[in-house]
Amino acid sequence: MDSALFQYALRLGDTSLILGHRLSEWCGHGPILEEDIAMSNIALDLIGQARMFLTYAGEIEGEGRDEDALAYHRNERDWRNMIIAEQPNGDFAATMTRQFLVAAWQVELYTALTRSTDERVAAIAAKAIKEVTYHRRHAGEWMVRLGDGTEESRTRLLDALVEFWGYTHELFELDAVEADLVARGVTVPAESLKPAWDAAVNAVLAQATVDRPGDGWSIRGGKDGIHSEHLGYLLAEMQSVPRAYPDARW
Amino acid sequence: MPAGSPNRNPDAAVARHSEAKAWKVLDAVVDPEIPVLTIGDLGIIRDVKTEGDRVTVTITPTYSGCPAMNLIEMQIRDAILGAGWADVAVVTVLSPAWTTDWLSAEGREKLKSIGIAPPVGSAGGRGALFGAEPTVSCPHCGASTTTKLSEFGSTSCKALYRCDACLEPFDYFKCL
Repeated sequence: MDSALFQYALRLGDTSLILGHRLSEWCGHGPILEEDIAMSNIALDLIGQARMFLTYAGEIEGEGRDEDALAYHRNERDWRNMIIAEQPNGDFAATMTRQFLVAAWQVELYTALTRSTDERVAAIAAKAIKEVTYHRRHAGEWMVRLGDGTEESRTRLLDALVEFWGYTHELFELDAVEADLVARGVTVPAESLKPAWDAAVNAVLAQATVDRPGDGWSIRGGKDGIHSEHLGYLLAEMQSVPRAYPDARW
Repeated sequence: MPAGSPNRNPDAAVARHSEAKAWKVLDAVVDPEIPVLTIGDLGIIRDVKTEGDRVTVTITPTYSGCPAMNLIEMQIRDAILGAGWADVAVVTVLSPAWTTDWLSAEGREKLKSIGIAPPVGSAGGRGALFGAEPTVSCPHCGASTTTKLSEFGSTSCKALYRCDACLEPFDYFKCL
């Protein structure tokens, strides 16, 4: 088995699935109907991307696990998503901030992955890039409205930025798994995505009239299965039905 | 038989006839979310191959998470088996990624007829993707003064607009 590629497919698939699941929690709770629909639509895109990556991960592993087995029958320590994806929704400003920071990273990452030497990764990236570009624009517009809005909305956006900023560093860290794939042209060094991400984030923050938070603290570990306390609760809900009825079929 | 002269190859002729028949059968399969459109109109059928009693239909998803894809796959199976073939395989390919440029001209007219504005321009320019706002005409009264209400509409592939002239809200099939 190509263990580095398996890990990498899990990292990408898990990040999309967990973020998509978080967004789906807004279904029926959005501040206005259009945003309720928007968040559910974005969740669908992300879960769709996750299905493609997890199906591929299962094929690479070659032990008969399909997308459902990987999504519903893995415990917390086996998840490889970025920690930012599992952070709770908070208020609407927090959800949009988390979404923007991740989507801006996904845009740069998938743009690079369309040139991957792995055909399957390149094909999924070419599909996903169209979707995450929309996501980034949508969330970015909200960043501007909230930051340059009322005192209340501005305060909430600033709180959210400080809350999530420390989780973004993990997105740009290269480890042995990815170094192996970089050498084979499957992906690019994680830190090489940072300048373009910085530029996109800075541009939106400037429009939103807010300052970029300082890099005072950072949390990492998701890529290796070390998560915040929030992931376990999320999985307990997401996995409860398939675990209670493991043989259930549609 | 010299290579490259398929007209003289009776097997190839039969296969072509059979494939044309399969395409015709697939014309009856519609998008469950926009039932005026056939999957042919949508441009998601990438290839149809027949081999004796077996048909292989290759499709590509519109959006990664489009919930209609599973149903479309089932409908393709039903249609092919219902038309008398013994076996059918539905293969999904991701590359090249689907684009609204593949929507047929007929499909665009059908969209208008049910009050959905078809995609404006070509996805190749990527203007739509990177923030350039297209001029979307109202499918009800034809006015070009319309306002985007939301980037996301009733399905993944649509955005929500309102006509400033007749004030009717409408769906716009996003350019992707």
